[in-house]
Parts: sequence; C-alpha cells; structure tokens
Amino acid sequence: MTPPLLQARALSKHYPVGRGAMLHAVDAVDLAIAPGECVGLVGESGCGKSTLVRLLARLIDPTSGSVLLEGQDIAAVSQAKFVTTPQRSRIQVVFQDPSESLNPAFRVFQSIADPLKRLLGLRDKAKLAMLVHRAADLVGLPRELIERYPHQLSGGQRARVGIARAIAVEPSLLILDEPTSALDVSVQAVILRLLADLRTRLGMSYLFVSHDLNVVRLLCSRIVVMYVGRVVEAAPTETLFTAPRHPYTRALIAAIPDPARRGETRPRLDGSPSSPVDPDPNTCRFYGRCLRGADRCATEMPALRPFGEAHLAACHFA
Amino acid sequence: MTAQLLIEDLSLVFRTRHGMVRALEDVSLSVERGEIVGVVGESGSGKSVMAYAVMGLQDPASQVLGGRIMFGGLDMLRASEAALAEMRGRELAMIFQSPRTALNPIRKVGRQIADILRQHTTSRRGDLRKHAIDALARVRIPDPARRCEAYPFELSGGMCQRVMIAMALACSPSLLIADEPTTGLDVTTQAVIMDLIREMSRDARMSTLLITHDLGLAGEYCDRIAVMHAGHVVEVAPIEELLSRPAHPYTRQLLAATPTSRSTVEELVSIPGQLPDLRRELPACRFSERCERHVGTCDERPLPWTKLSPTHMVRCRVPL
Repeated sequence: MTPPLLQARALSKHYPVGRGAMLHAVDAVDLAIAPGECVGLVGESGCGKSTLVRLLARLIDPTSGSVLLEGQDIAAVSQAKFVTTPQRSRIQVVFQDPSESLNPAFRVFQSIADPLKRLLGLRDKAKLAMLVHRAADLVGLPRELIERYPHQLSGGQRARVGIARAIAVEPSLLILDEPTSALDVSVQAVILRLLADLRTRLGMSYLFVSHDLNVVRLLCSRIVVMYVGRVVEAAPTETLFTAPRHPYTRALIAAIPDPARRGETRPRLDGSPSSPVDPDPNTCRFYGRCLRGADRCATEMPALRPFGEAHLAACHFA
Repeated sequence: MTAQLLIEDLSLVFRTRHGMVRALEDVSLSVERGEIVGVVGESGSGKSVMAYAVMGLQDPASQVLGGRIMFGGLDMLRASEAALAEMRGRELAMIFQSPRTALNPIRKVGRQIADILRQHTTSRRGDLRKHAIDALARVRIPDPARRCEAYPFELSGGMCQRVMIAMALACSPSLLIADEPTTGLDVTTQAVIMDLIREMSRDARMSTLLITHDLGLAGEYCDRIAVMHAGHVVEVAPIEELLSRPAHPYTRQLLAATPTSRSTVEELVSIPGQLPDLRRELPACRFSERCERHVGTCDERPLPWTKLSPTHMVRCRVPL
C-alpha cells in the first residue's frame, strides 16, 4: 500500500464553552488520504466536517493528535508558524461560497496572484502573470475576465476563480468544502466535470466535503461519514451505498430523495443529534436517535472496526 | 374538477434603474385539491416571483401587465387588500426559504403561532396557548409545551423550519406555498419535513405548490411538475412522464445535469449558455439561444402550447 499523503491520527479539537465545559467539535479522528485519491466527507451540519477541514488544512491548531503530511507531523508547529513553511502551499482549500470567500476589492488577477505571492514568495511580474494565466486556463476562465471584480462575474465564473487560486500554487491536496452547494445544477455539472478533469491532469488528492451524497459519489472512490465529531463509517463508495454498516449511514442514504422510490415509506431519522458539549465518553453518540440502540450502546463507546477490505464502522451491531 | 389555484397568462415586470425586467410572461399553472405541484428551474427563472404574486405579496417596483390568479373563487390580483389579508394565513399559507429570517426573532415561537390563530380563528384567548402547542405537536416537535416558550435563536434550523410549517398549517389552509422549504437543511431533516408536508396534503386535502431547484426532491414528492425557464413555464407534466419522457429540450438538459444515484461524472451534461438577460427584447422562446434544436419558426410569436396528452403540455415548436 502506498504511504498516505496526509494522515490524521487521533485528531481532536475541543472548544471551551464556559463554566469549564468543552465542546468536542472533532473527537479522536483517524483519517488517511493516499496520493491521487479522492475521499468524500459527509455528515449533517454541526457534525464537525468544517472543523476537521480547518484542522487538516492547518488553519487552526488541534487540541491533541497529529496531522502527518508525507510522514512529517505538521501539527507539531503552531498554525502561526506553519504559514511560513513551504508545506503551507501543499494543502489548499476551495471554500464553500465563492461569492463570500473572494475578496470583493480584488480583481480576479489579484485573487489568483495573492497565494502565489504570499506562499511562494513570487515577485517577478512576468512569471506571476504567466502562472495566473495558466491557472485561469486550467479552470477554463476566459482571459478577458481576469481584470474583473467578483461582482461582475456569474456564480460559475466565481467558482472557477476559487478553484484557480487554490490550484495556482500546485498543491498536493485540494480540500473542497461544499464547492457546488451555492450553484445551480447546470453550473454544478460543469464544475464537477472540471474538478474530475483537473484531478487526472494534475494528479492531486481531493478531500471532498458535501452534504449531497449523489454529488460525493460522482467524484470520490472512498467516503468517510462523520457524526457529532467522530468518524462512524468509512468505506469504498460502492460498498458504502450498497452495504452500509452503520445505522446512521443507512439513514443518510435512505434520506436521499429518489424519484424511483416514490411513495415508499422509509424509516426516518427524527430528532436532533446529541450535544457535542462534554459528551459521555462511554456512550455511542448516536444512542437515543438510533433505531437499533441497546443498553450496551449507552455504556460502551463503539470503536471503529474493520469489515473486509477498507471498510470501517463504529457500531456494536454493524 | 375545479382547480384550487388557477394562474392564467400571468405577465409581470419589475421597473428598475436598468430598465424593465420581464420576470414572468404568460405563465399558466393550476393546482388541484390535494395535489402537490412542483415548480422547478434554475435561480432567476421566476419561481419565487410567481409564488409571491400568488400570495399577493408584490414588490412596489413590480407591475402586473396581464393575466389572472384565481384562488377559491377570488380574483387575487383585483381583490382588496382587506380581502387578501383575510385569505392569507387562513386559506393561503406560505413557508419561506429561510426560517430564521422569516420568524420574528424577538417573539417566542408559541406567541407567533397564537398571533395567527387570534387573527384568523374564533379561538378564545385562554385557548390560544393550548392550540399553539397542538400546532407544534402536529409537526412532531418534541416537547411542544416547552418549545412554545423558545425564541427562534434557541432552536436549530430544522426546528425553526418546523415552527414555520406549524404556523403555516395552524389554520388548516387549503393551499400551501412552500418556497424551497428544505434549502439549508440536512438530508435527514429534509426527508422528515417533506414527509410531513406530503402527509398534510394527503390527509387534509391541502394543495401544495412546492418551489424547488432540486429535481430529485420534486420527483419524489410531487404529483405534477412545472418547469420554468427565464420567466416562462416551458413544460407541465405528471412526474413519471416528465422524468421518463421530457418533451422540452430544457427539461431534458436539466435532468441530464442533475446527479442521481446512478449517474457518472462523464454522463453529467451542462446546459450551454446562461439565462438570457430579461431586460432586453427577448425572442418568443426564451430558450432558443441555448437550444440545440432551434429552428427558424421558434422565434415566431405567439409561442404555442403543444398538448402531448391531456396532462402533458409543452411550450416548444420542436418538442422531443
């Protein structure tokens, strides 16, 4: 097996929420991404997806655990120090809403050039222009738009700028945080095809975060499911959809609207997730909402167990 | 069968600094009793403008150029504001896109429901709270008596959306307009909310106009679908027919662009071009510039409806 490009080991992020209480946003997460692999990350809002993304991209410091980039622990240095290291440019993020994540006062050229200047220290104008144009060409952004401001662009064009500035520094890992959720389906289709194409051409790894399982399955070969700060299941895409092991994954898949299953009554997951504030370390986080819940679930936290090739699930009854 | 809601040849424009925006042109649509009709299309296609027009909530800059909206025997466009106010909330209810901004942030949710009940029902003052709790219980909010005392910020997004639905359904309306009721909610919550809306439609014979950009969602819950593009309704058909035999080139492309549980990234097709600028003079068929089947007669006015079956209508000269 190829050594992972990026690996998280027992990665946790806890936030103090007053009176000594801690919110466990991300709790002891293990995750590995192989070179060239596309991993999907799914789960409901508030499950810690975005915190995990920020930890892996080293935008925030973990409470405990490590993040290994090609075997080297990048979580050992503080976030403030990390930005000055050459590794900074190897992990890039495409943020959720391109309308809000682009600087409105920057022309497209400046937006794409900024990471090149800051992370690679490029000062040479001709070289900079060459790299900006190359990134714009790669994402199919017409040259005549390069001097425009974000408000003069359509949603799809803004999404392309967001991708262009992330890939300009040639990262090894591109983290995509809901890259198409603000777009119409017709534009989403273009962006998804572009992302698939870029990955084969540039050989990057992707961590694709989305709440839309039908979108995740298009690009990813493996999917990781999170629930209240923990990974509850990880499996190759086909396996996850055809033979999910964790009851939460099953509920998630059953909730995807599907015209082919019209009128069919499916078990629904009601209620809301348990609180991530000082959760009981010996109780399964899904206990109380789970259709299967037994006494053992309240007294013993299920650990991730292997089920065949590359399939992990954290449930006593999986 | 008489339609609960009938929209006929509705044309509406917005006057803006940059000229007249032709937001709706000759829009026709009907919703029968107990039926769930989906309105799908990309953003900017006029879905919400149409919904707001039905509610009689018109922007001061908008102007209706023609057409009618008939609801329960009332001509909504010519009715007095008093008659509309009487109708809204009781017979006609709307669920807005973002529950957090649609609810009053400084009033307890139980009070907000009671306000509607006081306005539209004969409930006695002392019973209002009880009826508000009942309304919350109907949408299966756990511990409704306690939630009644909550402010919107104390509730999750899914819970706020249920409060909105509880408010909308409090007076058992005969028509519910749901404008992207589950945008921003998790799929698991979306499924619960949509099941609830469907159940109310079935049990109380409530008609529903579901506005969504998600064809998968519309496909699972709607009886009929109207596809909108650039202010036109371009196709109306029963759901099975629309999904299996789309007749309008735009509908087919919209379906091809929507990821399903079976599609691959290579199969995803994007729709060429963009929505036309509604401020300029437009051809008879507003899709013609993006259409691969475009022929010379497409731009001749008026653009006729083609009836493929008694229930399947398409506004295209060269349907598939």
